[in-house]
Amino acid sequence: MKAGNSRCAFSLGFLVGSCTLYIFLRQVWFEKSFGWKRHGKSNPPPLGPEQNTPNLTWRVEGSALINLKHPHQPGEDGHITDELFKKVRILCWVMTGPSNLQSKARHVKSTWSRHCNVVLFMSSEEDRSFPTVGLGTGEGRDQLYWKTIRAFHYALKNHGDEADWFLKTDDDTFVVVDNLRWILSNYTAEQPIYFGKRFKPYAKQGYMSGGAGYVLSKEALRRFVEGFSTKVCTHTSSVEDLAMGQCLEKMGVVAGDSRDTLHRETFHPFIPEHHLTGKFSKTFWYWNYCFYPIVEGPQCCSDLAVSFHYVDPVLMYTLEYYTYRLRPYGYRHRYQPPVPAVLSLASHTGKPTTEAQRLEERVKEKSVPTYTMNPRAEKVKTTGTTSHKCCPGEKHNRQKHCMIVNMIVSSCVNPE
Amino acid sequence: MMSEGSSFMKGLILGGIFCLVMSFFETFNSGTHSEGHEHLHHHLKPVSKDELQKLSESQMSDWTLQVRVYCLIMVTPKLLVHWATANDTWSKHCDKSVFYTSESSKALEAIDLQEQDEWARLRKAIKHAYENAGDLRWFFVARPTTYAIIENLKYLVLDKDPSQPFYIGHTEKSGELDYVEYDSGIVLSYEAMRRLIEIFKDEDRCPERGHALWKTPEEKQLATCLKYTGVFAENGEDAQGKGLFNKKSVSSLISDSMGQNPADVVEACCSDMAITFGGMSPSQIQVLMYGVYRLRPYGHDFHDSLTFLPPNDSDND
Repeated sequence: MKAGNSRCAFSLGFLVGSCTLYIFLRQVWFEKSFGWKRHGKSNPPPLGPEQNTPNLTWRVEGSALINLKHPHQPGEDGHITDELFKKVRILCWVMTGPSNLQSKARHVKSTWSRHCNVVLFMSSEEDRSFPTVGLGTGEGRDQLYWKTIRAFHYALKNHGDEADWFLKTDDDTFVVVDNLRWILSNYTAEQPIYFGKRFKPYAKQGYMSGGAGYVLSKEALRRFVEGFSTKVCTHTSSVEDLAMGQCLEKMGVVAGDSRDTLHRETFHPFIPEHHLTGKFSKTFWYWNYCFYPIVEGPQCCSDLAVSFHYVDPVLMYTLEYYTYRLRPYGYRHRYQPPVPAVLSLASHTGKPTTEAQRLEERVKEKSVPTYTMNPRAEKVKTTGTTSHKCCPGEKHNRQKHCMIVNMIVSSCVNPE
Repeated sequence: MMSEGSSFMKGLILGGIFCLVMSFFETFNSGTHSEGHEHLHHHLKPVSKDELQKLSESQMSDWTLQVRVYCLIMVTPKLLVHWATANDTWSKHCDKSVFYTSESSKALEAIDLQEQDEWARLRKAIKHAYENAGDLRWFFVARPTTYAIIENLKYLVLDKDPSQPFYIGHTEKSGELDYVEYDSGIVLSYEAMRRLIEIFKDEDRCPERGHALWKTPEEKQLATCLKYTGVFAENGEDAQGKGLFNKKSVSSLISDSMGQNPADVVEACCSDMAITFGGMSPSQIQVLMYGVYRLRPYGHDFHDSLTFLPPNDSDND
């Protein structure tokens, strides 16, 4: 009896012991493998030394950031953007303030501003570490035009020789600078002209929306500064974009048409989602403000969009990802933009070439084997440039775009 | 009493030691086995640019004919808005896209499988797709809440032979089972489909309706069935090892990256050749269409070895 009992006790003990340890080991092993799995999956691949310090491509000069190298992706052929970078130099100044440096301006600095030739962050106070320029104004909506006036004066005085065009944006504007160069390459810095999202009320030739950003040629900037020195222009109101437009109009600067060759807008006063999917209510002020007809839906916006406004930090990086990184392999875009005349390629062949035509040339040379695969196996509509009569003061260039040759301020709008 | 107690203690200790020995023995065995297993079957990357340029023209033309995709989009009337969005956006880039629904909807066309159970529905859809594949050799299964860039999917499988079994996506582990997450899309080669159809007939190993009290998600059931046919899940990633299949939205991934890698948010976030994203609203998907297929910086050329033309009757890409 006693032996049987002790044997029972022994086997019971054996059972309990093995079960307890089994459960214990399972926990530990589970945690270890879970920990490893989490560790293995959440660690992104280590960044190379060059990528770790992107600031190597910038030189800080006082309060300005001078771009040394135009950013490129590995495996990308960027010789066209490089050429435009040298020929169409853009100074970007960003309207910001001390309380927005870390919450907004910092993300502009990390994303699109790296594509400008020179960047200036304009604030009421100087901050050497960011760096920002101190304009000596206050902060707030009523200071906007003061800041703008001083910012443009500063840019011309200190960096007038380093750029051909001068772009103003807010710290919640996202800009695709390469597309801005494409538009501006059809004009010269000596023309008194400026571009942006064109609004029509209150000014004869209209004015450009402040939030969507606007860009002045060097001549336009010179005239703006001259306007203030001769007192033709003064601080008329704090509505910065309208006041700007009125001053420039007085000084004979033309309000340009920034739309692409399909007449789609490039500068946008709202985020992409609103333009692409929003249906603006008929009573919304926007309808009465837009200089050109509003298009709702996907054709609202050019493929070569230049700006969007009210962009929060997450959207800022998202748009950077969409524009410069994420792409569909081998996709032949519907819109084939014409090559600007200023590029050497176009001048050699003497005729306008689109990317598709250059691709065809390379295929003929048999340097690139391309195989086309069409999901629905039919001909694709190719876009051509429309030829139409130009407004007074304009003339067709080689690409059949209307180029401003005389500073006539008229209400003429290029027809569709 | 004392002897019983001591016997108990002896038994306890011996039991513990026995268990320890057994588990070490087990892990040692399965450790080497699973390591080799993982090494063979885990990571799948696209063909490199150098290799593409070395290929002959006949090889290229063979591949272009092979890499055509049949999209199976599993919808329900509850997901009508996402269904409509998928119909209007990414599904147009498939060589053939078929919507399989649990019940028909007056608003949109689909193959009505008249089946409420998700696993049974998936099985029926797979059977239908295999029978109607024509000469298509790659299959992509997704819910309408997923967004896919089909061109990048083709790029990933370009040099893979569809007469070999492939089961690709974002892989997760559940115990010993590696499975492809449904929410980020599932890629199957023709051979994998063929083997699936075969094992569907086996009610013991791959039952149509589970006998258990709890329901195993279809993604795991699929993985189990495929495992019996010798097909294992592979994780789709780019040349840098970044995952191509995502179940999170772009903004969610960017937010995560802003927290983890504030110095280089975009680089650390997501692959340039990403294939899927999930959990995005219809408006966000329209923005994604614009961002993927249209918005670009002028003057950046990639000289890809293949050209995909845009689909007809579409203005958002």
